[in-house]
Amino acid sequence: MAQEMATVPNRELARQGDGSEATRARALYRAAADIYETGESIFVLAEMPGVAPNDVDITLERNLLTIRGRAPAPEHKGYRQVYAEYGDGDYERVFSLSEEVDRDRIKASHKNGLLVLELPKSAMARTKRIEVKAS
Amino acid sequence: MLLSSAGRLGWDPFLEMRRMQNEVNRLFADYEPRPAGTTAYPPVNLWVGEGSLVVTTELPGLEQNDLNIAVHDSTLTIGGTRKAPNNGQQANWHRQERAYGSFSRTLELPFRVDPDKVQARFTNGVLEIELQRPEQDKPRRIEVKAS
Repeated sequence: MAQEMATVPNRELARQGDGSEATRARALYRAAADIYETGESIFVLAEMPGVAPNDVDITLERNLLTIRGRAPAPEHKGYRQVYAEYGDGDYERVFSLSEEVDRDRIKASHKNGLLVLELPKSAMARTKRIEVKAS
Repeated sequence: MLLSSAGRLGWDPFLEMRRMQNEVNRLFADYEPRPAGTTAYPPVNLWVGEGSLVVTTELPGLEQNDLNIAVHDSTLTIGGTRKAPNNGQQANWHRQERAYGSFSRTLELPFRVDPDKVQARFTNGVLEIELQRPEQDKPRRIEVKAS
């Protein structure tokens, strides 16, 4: 199962797991995510608005799956910001994977600021339907 | 809501107080979770230029065709539908932090905008709408002649 490492309230600045400080002078947000499981795979949908597909970085280290996204600062030449309801910055989130995920077949796609991760289950962990025979 | 209109009606101390309260709320908005239901969706940022405006909003996961933008006088309506994933119907959900369904939000802009000169771009889940003030509404500079 894909599980989250630490829970932080939504949109709150995510701190680095080891307590260190980020070296980039940008806000770091925890990407909002949906996690659901079908018979064959576990899907993780993570929101990273403003992040281009090439700026998404996914690393798997042992059972820790880290997703990172870098968004460029919005530039509006000749404009000044007068009102803000959301901040922009980078995104990060760490998930821990269980043994049932087949690490070699993890697929990722990124479109319109949404990262879709497909974590296929290994053959052992797939749901099998057991027929009940009438005697 | 967006800009103080104190200039038009004279100085209104209550408006100033409300404005200050809003500013303080905004400062602390990131530090405490907002109560559910009070945050309008989608969140917007507003940028003002010379005779024009830029409204940006984050709508990750939406397609261009799922969006509806309407302009009338000085109001802007952003609506759309976020479709649930196709394979999520029979799935077993572990965590849901994103909302699905339709939404609509109407914003009162600081001035009237020209509905024919609206430009909207949707890139990487961020919607950017550029609106222009009609030519006849633009503030004009009046020369003072020396007598």
